[in-house]
Amino acid sequence: MAYDGLKKDGFSIVGTRPKRPDGIEKVTGKAQYGADMSAPGMLHGLILRSPHAHARIKSIDVSGALEVPGVKAVVTQSDFPEPKSSHFRDVRENLLAGDRVLYDGHGIAAVAATSVQAGQEALDRIAVEYETLPHVTDVDEAMKSDAPIVRTGRQNETVPSGYNENVTGFWEFGHGDIEAGLAKADVVVERSFRTAATHQGYIEPHACLASMNAEGKGEVWCCTQGQYMVRSECAGLLGIDEAQLRVTASEIGGGFGGKTVVFIEPIALLLAKKSGRPVKIVMTREDEFRASGPTCSSSIDVKIGMTSDGRMTAGSAVLRMQGGAFPCSTVEMAAQAAFAAYDLDAVRTQGFNVMTNRPKEAAYRAPGAPMAVYSVESVVDELCQKLELDPFEVRLKNAARKGTLSSYGPTFNEIGLADILEEAKNHPHYKAPLGPNQARGVSCGFWFNFGGNASVSLAVDPDGTVSVTEGNPDIGGSRASVSMMAAEELGIPYDKVRTIVADTASLGFNDVTDGSRVTFMVGIATIAAARAAKAEMCRRVAKLWGLEEDAVKWEDGAVVPAGPNAGQHEPMTIAEIAAIAGKTGGPIAGHHEANTEGAGVSFGVHICDVEVDKETGATKVLRYTAFQDAGRAIHPDYVEGQMQGGAVQGIGWALNEEYIYGDDGRLQNPGFLDYRIPVASDLPPIDTVILEIPNPGHPYGVRGVGETPIVPPLGALSNAISRACGVRMTQLPMSPPRVLAALKG
Amino acid sequence: MVRVKIWGSLRALVDGRAYLEVDAKTLKDVIDEIEKNEPALRPQLQRGVSFSVDGLIYSDSWFVPLTGDEEVVMLPRLVGG
Repeated sequence: MAYDGLKKDGFSIVGTRPKRPDGIEKVTGKAQYGADMSAPGMLHGLILRSPHAHARIKSIDVSGALEVPGVKAVVTQSDFPEPKSSHFRDVRENLLAGDRVLYDGHGIAAVAATSVQAGQEALDRIAVEYETLPHVTDVDEAMKSDAPIVRTGRQNETVPSGYNENVTGFWEFGHGDIEAGLAKADVVVERSFRTAATHQGYIEPHACLASMNAEGKGEVWCCTQGQYMVRSECAGLLGIDEAQLRVTASEIGGGFGGKTVVFIEPIALLLAKKSGRPVKIVMTREDEFRASGPTCSSSIDVKIGMTSDGRMTAGSAVLRMQGGAFPCSTVEMAAQAAFAAYDLDAVRTQGFNVMTNRPKEAAYRAPGAPMAVYSVESVVDELCQKLELDPFEVRLKNAARKGTLSSYGPTFNEIGLADILEEAKNHPHYKAPLGPNQARGVSCGFWFNFGGNASVSLAVDPDGTVSVTEGNPDIGGSRASVSMMAAEELGIPYDKVRTIVADTASLGFNDVTDGSRVTFMVGIATIAAARAAKAEMCRRVAKLWGLEEDAVKWEDGAVVPAGPNAGQHEPMTIAEIAAIAGKTGGPIAGHHEANTEGAGVSFGVHICDVEVDKETGATKVLRYTAFQDAGRAIHPDYVEGQMQGGAVQGIGWALNEEYIYGDDGRLQNPGFLDYRIPVASDLPPIDTVILEIPNPGHPYGVRGVGETPIVPPLGALSNAISRACGVRMTQLPMSPPRVLAALKG
Repeated sequence: MVRVKIWGSLRALVDGRAYLEVDAKTLKDVIDEIEKNEPALRPQLQRGVSFSVDGLIYSDSWFVPLTGDEEVVMLPRLVGG
């Protein structure tokens, strides 16, 4: 909308595949991640965690810990100042428990010591007296009237009467008359589904190094999706001014939403403040599973009616999601996304958020959408089977298009779902033969995509090369795509631009790297910053040539006369302009700071072939193709990487990954041996097909791509396995025991 | 006047209305008018909302201009991963 005037066509660098700027450092082990930073006099911070799912803390005695040689500080929740808002109260409560532990792994106290061994001994010597309380970890159990109440006073005004206090929020979306719609159907299918909580599975754990001097000036180096978010959270929790705290984001070994919140940085700062020494905290993998933020588990009912020729007449869903011991908003997005792919006269979704004695959920790539869409796509597939209809023909017949009133309220404008479905239907994959025990599944996927706040500074260096400073951790190739957009705009080679990610003191505010927003919003800011620099260079040259500013223009990396009336002048290149910048007015730079909202939604379609071993229940993924409307693909390698990564995470979610809690409410599989994410040998090549339907809300047509690809795999896998087994699968993960049980009926 | 569609579970808080008519020239006006005239929706406004304006999503852009011809839909505040 606001950026229509910046539109550009005819690209020379955008759409190419230059070398990634961080490749050498990462493959040679030189890249600096969260745990790689150390400081003189540094202490090691460790956190004592609850062995109970729910218990009252009767007392904490830290005196034994303080006697351990090398221990320099111990902190508990009471060391934080009183929070200034309910938000900070919840964050503090999740970092270190107050009078109750709310889940297995909940932090209780933290120590800083000269060695990890001393710190561990100190943790062992903290005496905590507990009174165990009844617990609940299952979403449906937590909604029952006699369930243990996790926390009181957190239910909001939207929850209908009759629900216990674990139900904190209720959301309903849709339009039309469901019962009238179902009455028009020839077949109605109603199913209930369950999905397990999964972890983002980033390879690099949370890690940070924090220091604070006697004047209260702090420094944090950490692995995060948003250094400005870390600064705000730490400053708010510790009661210090944001300007007194500088946060630098390290390279990041994956985040996927799990690094959009703080788990250790405020504790490290508190320990640093108390000890007067720098403190490093690195979460173990067990800590990550027990005490970071997995996604919600869910229980979902779906009902859809369809005519014999494949027209969906109505759809409804009731979604229940637990996000741990704090209210969360994931089910809001799930309830909006569930039927977004379809043009329905009657649709209704209802979502309930439920608290349990589990860790507080964090965002995981398109939060809520994978579970919701899986349930709907499963029922759509079952209707196709019952009516002997082609899954793509049915989806095309019902696909949301421009002008469709979406299931969550807005009317869609330019969207590419029908184009993607056509492309997938006609792809060789869909026509390839299948062998015994093999089957094919398809699924649509949807995500909203966001913009947000971005600041970019672009400096023309003295030799005419360009340095770009952005403020979003590079989680999916943003340094490359930002450099490409700057080079494109300036008309200079890609390798003449270098982009870095700034610390919080070096650039204006930036939102977190999430919501599939960075290439969209930072791209707009980069283009605007480059145009500001070009305008300044045009002004300088016009003055040099004795012309009015509008008598010159920028062309192919140089200032040239705008027309014949401007006289004969040789083009003046960016290098020539930069070389005399000091004499023509000083350094040349462009910058742009804005809240660049107005991103467009995104759809994807996946096709998956599987073979099910009916003796063991094991599933082998044979072939996988992901199709997505990516808007303009700035660097197609990274877009394909996002699509492949999303597909692989979805395959893991569908086949193996799950948080398993025992009757004692403790997590039984907090490690990668027992929580099995896919490895390369589990997977076929993930083929990708990018459709470029430019987003009218971005000058280059960029659309967010990072989250949509994790939405379709759950449904695609389930539909394929259900067809291979001849029985409808209704629970994730579809691990071998669960598939065997389904086969045995 | 701008017609703002609200989602289903909020309707019970405003006598079953699916749309709110507000005198607004920007999204900030929309928020201010709802805050002033619909006290039952204040808790939701405090928790956060996003808006879809002709299909594009805005969470914090107060000054998006409105003429009354746009489709404006209030949504729960959207977050991503």
